[in-house]
Amino acid sequence: MIDFDVIIIGGGVIGCMTARALSRYQLKVLLIEKESDIGMGASSANSAIIHAGHDPLPGSLKAEMNIKANPMWDQLSADLGIPFKRTGAYIVAIGDEDCECLDSLLQRGRENGVACEIISAEEMRNREPLINPQVSGALFTPTAGMVDPFAACIAPLENAIENGVQVKLETAFLSFLTKDGSLTGIHTNQGDFNCHWVINAAGVYSDEILRQADPESTFTIIPRKGEYYILDKSEIQLNNILFPVPSAVSKGILVLGSTHGNVLVGPNSTIEEDREDKAVTAKGLNEIWLGAQKLVPTLQPGSIIAVFAGLRASGNAPCPDCSIDYKHDFLIEACTQLKGLINLAGIESPGLTASPAIAERVIEILQQEGLKMDLKENWNPIRKARPRFHHLSMAEQKQLLKKDPRYGRVICRCEMVTEGEIIAEIHAPLPARTYDAIKRRTWLGTGRCLGSFDMPRVIELLADETCQPVTSITKKGPGSEFLFRLTKKVEA
Amino acid sequence: MSIKDRYDVIVIGSGPGGLAAAISAKKNGAKDVLIIERDVEPGGILLQCIHNGFGVEIFKKDLPGPSYAQHFINEAFSTGVEFLLDTMVLQITPEKRITASSKRHGFVEVRTKAIVLAMGCRERTRAQIRLPGTRAAGIFTAGTAQRWVNVEGYMPGKNFVILGSGDIGMIMARRLTFEGAHVERVLEVMPYLSGLTRNYVQCLLDFDIQLQLQRTIKNIIGKKRVEAIESVAVDKKWNPIPGTEEIIPCDTLLLSVGLIPENELSRQIGVMIDPITGGPIVDDSFQTNIPGIFSAGNVVHVYDLVDWVTEAGLTAGKSAARWVSSGSQTNAINLPVRAGENVRYAVPHTIQPDHLAEGDIRVQMRVRQPIEKPVWVEVRSGEKLLHRKGEPYARPGEMVTIPIKQKLMDEVKSAKDLTIAIVER
Ligand SMILES: Cc1cc2nc3c(=O)[nH]c(=O)nc-3n(C[C@H](O)[C@H](O)[C@H](O)COP(=O)(O)OP(=O)(O)OC[C@H]3O[C@@H](n4cnc5c(N)ncnc54)[C@H](O)[C@@H]3O)c2cc1C
Repeated sequence: MIDFDVIIIGGGVIGCMTARALSRYQLKVLLIEKESDIGMGASSANSAIIHAGHDPLPGSLKAEMNIKANPMWDQLSADLGIPFKRTGAYIVAIGDEDCECLDSLLQRGRENGVACEIISAEEMRNREPLINPQVSGALFTPTAGMVDPFAACIAPLENAIENGVQVKLETAFLSFLTKDGSLTGIHTNQGDFNCHWVINAAGVYSDEILRQADPESTFTIIPRKGEYYILDKSEIQLNNILFPVPSAVSKGILVLGSTHGNVLVGPNSTIEEDREDKAVTAKGLNEIWLGAQKLVPTLQPGSIIAVFAGLRASGNAPCPDCSIDYKHDFLIEACTQLKGLINLAGIESPGLTASPAIAERVIEILQQEGLKMDLKENWNPIRKARPRFHHLSMAEQKQLLKKDPRYGRVICRCEMVTEGEIIAEIHAPLPARTYDAIKRRTWLGTGRCLGSFDMPRVIELLADETCQPVTSITKKGPGSEFLFRLTKKVEA
Repeated sequence: MSIKDRYDVIVIGSGPGGLAAAISAKKNGAKDVLIIERDVEPGGILLQCIHNGFGVEIFKKDLPGPSYAQHFINEAFSTGVEFLLDTMVLQITPEKRITASSKRHGFVEVRTKAIVLAMGCRERTRAQIRLPGTRAAGIFTAGTAQRWVNVEGYMPGKNFVILGSGDIGMIMARRLTFEGAHVERVLEVMPYLSGLTRNYVQCLLDFDIQLQLQRTIKNIIGKKRVEAIESVAVDKKWNPIPGTEEIIPCDTLLLSVGLIPENELSRQIGVMIDPITGGPIVDDSFQTNIPGIFSAGNVVHVYDLVDWVTEAGLTAGKSAARWVSSGSQTNAINLPVRAGENVRYAVPHTIQPDHLAEGDIRVQMRVRQPIEKPVWVEVRSGEKLLHRKGEPYARPGEMVTIPIKQKLMDEVKSAKDLTIAIVER
């Protein structure tokens, strides 16, 4: 058995940010992820917004974490090469009824200490010409922004790896190992690992893990699905984040121009029993389309290039401040029933935003719980983003091509991703070993042809670079192989 | 090979449209002609079309795709067309400077007097038809499957359902059956076939593969790999009819739901695109709205037969060469060609009546609704019928062609516009 000080369960943005925070200390840290890649849960299927913090209930843990984390993103983006734009966001009122809500939203925003202002309908039309002409006003929150959500997972984790953290993919937590009631390690499908501390960052499964340690707990997650469309950047250009006036349960169906340039439309919110069900539904797609048209009536179905869905880990944790009646807060605390377990559960929106602050909170909790934490002397905070050929200037492209001609061969024509980029990802600190893993890292196959052209080539590259037959290459781990066998003619 | 830094004509794409354009440019006097192709070999999509059915019009022979392509590749080489393969065009400027990148040739910058856009088309995807369900492995476009089977030699599934009765889908149904796979069914949302009838007969009927019209997919089931699809009948307005659902177990879903001309480069330089065809608006010389930029083949509109693509390429190449030799003069009057009754679109969008001096001008169109009776294809100038041609039927899957006859030159010259219509006889 291998010994670790801390094991993190779950390679979502929460697990990855926590891994990086822990990598500053002289600790042996392992992150395990049950899937074939990190970031396959909520963390890569969300709205990608760094929320200003106007929305969560004042006094809640969600509000506290959101507000603390929001200003951290500039530094994170600079240190780790995470695409991030602080664009500000608009909560747009359409018609008179909506307009009345803006004041109470402004009120809540101010209570949370978030910069916000109400702007006129005319001003809104000026700032976003595509907005519904029926707009009656908007709340502007200048500190909101957007990130590349997968980069927000891979970048801190790669940085953590370079600082000594270990990662095991396709490794699922099954149970805790204890001796005389104290935590000694975990049991996984890949064997047992010793440790004294476990961070439960298992997203929609975090309640199940929590209840293994504390069977009496009433904490439960009821996943809520959110479905999305992605629209072709060559058909529609939009540089803002546009929210409708929110409902009681969600921030509503929004329209935004992503860091990548494509327009994102969604999400809806439907309760889902199956924690793995990320299928899009005809009903849901219809709902988000209608919702989005409320904000931007000129959206064209012909510009749709992709659909996807994510599951929110909606929990029932009460707000730590008992004077506040709120039952859907984040749960960030040491488990009282099993010393050494820290639960990070019910981390729904604004979890992506809050992730760096949650990671800091984990450090505080570990210290309070008695883990001796000494800083490393040679911790390196920097992780450089790998070059994206298409985003370089012509001079830079020329230079890169001289150094490595493989950057000259374009494999994905819609997103202009080159062989050089793909190979770099296959041999990165956390190697990309599936088609989807390469897709998440490079955006290949996300354009208008959805990978029809690049897929055979990427599979060949993966096979060549990892010395495997093409029939072993998968879309997203074992069971999702692309190819079965040779054709008869070739076999003969 | 050394690349010059200036050319008379540069053709982007080496499919049948691009090859024909380059050959014809050369034959019509252009001195330096270059084809830039992203693939490692010239030929375009024909290279993976190993079935027969190519060349019936031009060679009066039924050839497999690669043989058809080879004929023109050989001709291009023998006429002195230059090739830059494995090279992706990144940008074209209005001054006709082209930048491209390549593993073999590095960063390429060339200038040219005329350009022929011949980038072909791509397949419509699952998202574009808003197909619900999971994102499991095993959902491919028919063309991707075709590449795997015919070029790479691998089978992307065992049990297939094909959505859409497009030609590539039907041809793949037969091909996969040959290779020992099982094709459970072909589903088509329309009440009629979207591809050629001959493909229905030769690829589905002859192999006992069932085609179900007016059915679509309600759900895709399977988390890692496709496990089944749920199909449902639809009414005329494509609304699902409750109670008609059927779960069909399969491990692969192929999509053959239409082709879209690939015009990202064209848009980038400001070429005007027809929202119906998805391709550039062209005149009868296949010139776009930007002087000196021509286009040919599936990048203009999706053809059903390769022979027509070659013909279009020949015209575009000749026009490009002339444009270069005439010192880029254009003082033409362009007469609009409009889609009338039961015509979805007609190409070219405009004609120059003067060009009739050299011969007939071919107008090609797609019909809106199938008419399974004899029809007239009519060319009108206002209310006046100029010319008509009989056809035994009109089907959306089969392109209709009518020549504007040379002898109509005077009438055409005095017309304000031309309208093409398809009516029952
Ligand atoms: C539709 C939607 C929209 C959202 N929009 C925003 C937004 O705009 N802004 C924002 O700030 N937040 C947003 N969020 C919230 C944000 O995405 C989440 O809060 C955040 O991604 C949660 O990260 P996580 O690491 O907790 O969970 P996940 O990303 O789900 O990661 C959990 C990981 O744990 C792994 N795991 C589970 N069980 C085990 C096990 N037994 N063993 C090993 N590994 C295991 C999973 O495979 C998974 O990779 C949105 C969420 C959704 C769903």
